[in-house]
Amino acid sequence: MFGVVLVLLMIGGAVFADLLVAAEPNRISPRDRFQGPSLAHLMGTDQLGRDLFSRVLHGGRIALSVALISIAASLVIGVVLGLIAGYGPRWLDNLMILLFDAIKSFPTVMLALALVTLFGPSLTAVMVVVVLVNVPGYARIIRTQTLALKSAQFVTAAQSMGAGTARVLRAHVLPNVIGPLLILASMDIPVVIAIEAGMSFLGLGVRPPTPSWGAILNDGFTAIRDTPWIAIAGGLPIILTTLGFTFLGETLRDVFDPRLKARG
Amino acid sequence: MNVLGIRNLNVTFGTEGGPLRALRNVSFDVPRHRIVGVVGESGCGKSTLINAILGLLADNGQVESGQILFEERDLTQMDSLEMQAMRGSRISTVFQDPMGALNPVISVGKQMLHIQYRSDLGRTEKNARSVEMLRRVRIPDPKSALSRYPHEFSGGMKQRIAIAMAMMMEPVLLIADEPTTALDATLEVATIELLQELQAQIGCSVLFISHHLGVIAELCDDVVVMYAGEVVERGTTRQIFHDPLHPYTERLLRCDPAGQSTRTRHLPTIPGEIPDLRDPPKGCIFADRCDRRETICETAPPEVEMGGHRACCHRVKP
Repeated sequence: MFGVVLVLLMIGGAVFADLLVAAEPNRISPRDRFQGPSLAHLMGTDQLGRDLFSRVLHGGRIALSVALISIAASLVIGVVLGLIAGYGPRWLDNLMILLFDAIKSFPTVMLALALVTLFGPSLTAVMVVVVLVNVPGYARIIRTQTLALKSAQFVTAAQSMGAGTARVLRAHVLPNVIGPLLILASMDIPVVIAIEAGMSFLGLGVRPPTPSWGAILNDGFTAIRDTPWIAIAGGLPIILTTLGFTFLGETLRDVFDPRLKARG
Repeated sequence: MNVLGIRNLNVTFGTEGGPLRALRNVSFDVPRHRIVGVVGESGCGKSTLINAILGLLADNGQVESGQILFEERDLTQMDSLEMQAMRGSRISTVFQDPMGALNPVISVGKQMLHIQYRSDLGRTEKNARSVEMLRRVRIPDPKSALSRYPHEFSGGMKQRIAIAMAMMMEPVLLIADEPTTALDATLEVATIELLQELQAQIGCSVLFISHHLGVIAELCDDVVVMYAGEVVERGTTRQIFHDPLHPYTERLLRCDPAGQSTRTRHLPTIPGEIPDLRDPPKGCIFADRCDRRETICETAPPEVEMGGHRACCHRVKP
């Protein structure tokens, strides 16, 4: 329940950012720089006098949209590839597993650096990295379960009742394999948010002055001794979102796994 | 008039130890409106036979030669789409294990909708048909059963639901693969009666696979006895049970615990094992375990026919 509330707060803050704070996230006012938290600036201001609360809320938009879009893309691609690998011919399965393992063997940061070097820093680069990193794992989960279900009796029964491959996969295999993956994906959202923040912190993600939690963290990093609230403004939402989505993942698990629910 | 005619069917599986000839020269007929039982011990090729008919052999399995004539058309020559069109509409199947045959995460109603995907009816009509079918297999409160999940039903009910699903498209041929093996004795009788009743109503033919001789005797019109991938004897139920010709059939009948008149600690068995089908014996397939073996049994026995009763044994003289 706590997770749901936190996540809803985060999403609400990101969606209604413009209504919640009047201050524009990118308006520079040098006279107001390095102000501590006050009623006018709930989280204070940064080195350029920009309102941090406004930047955090708008940064949430970036973080959440990057996370949701790239996780959704990873899910779709991962599920499709996993079903193909698990249900298709053996040689295709072997080939795909080889590819997945090759991609997985790259450390995330290396992969990100390589891609940014090729295409330049941008949000798209961040999302491509996330999709590349997540798809192999998702596809493997789906593939393993599909392999196990391939010879399940209800699959044979469905085939013997005239179901074609598409129907078997959509109606019988997918509903049986998607639950655990959805839980994993919801738990991956905070990881993606951390990747986005990390890349933005390193200057590989969003370009300034676009607000991002990682960029805010970076702004606060240099002045952390005198004005810690900037770093706190960048770090706090990352912590809360991670917590929120992790709890949400656990709630989802209870919903999807009837055995756990029956016990509790 | 035959609904199903199997002619010299040979099925081979590619294995690491060489080709395994799971079915060899299998021939028999399933006439219209009749129930034909196939008996034989585990590993005699009963399941391979079903999968060959359904066109669902495992990837390493292959129909080497022979024909499977269904309504005058050879199923072995059909492509996968034609075969798919047959399954579930003209031919349908009830499996052994009712716990495994239903998808655990989809409601019964939805699974019954999936089976009717070829029909042009609207969703409401399809659901009405499902309810009607569930009523016919005596599922209590069939309307609410549609929204329930398989785990909410008992084993016997699940098997009745599976039968309802198989009968829904009013098939010409119903294949029942040991449908009562996983059920207890009371449910077994009820399920047999239900199958008989539905068979009479719909007017389909049934290919009934079992190793339970009592069930076969009770339900079937004709019986096919299989041993190690071959049909050793076939005839009407009366012929097989009252006048078995093949030594294997004879000994199989003697092994039926229901036929024991005195209490004994030792049930009769047939000594020996099934031959290795990667290298089947040249002569009679049963020779190794037969107590009336002669030298002539080293050569393959002919199929002898006497008034529709056929057996593959040298000792049988027409």
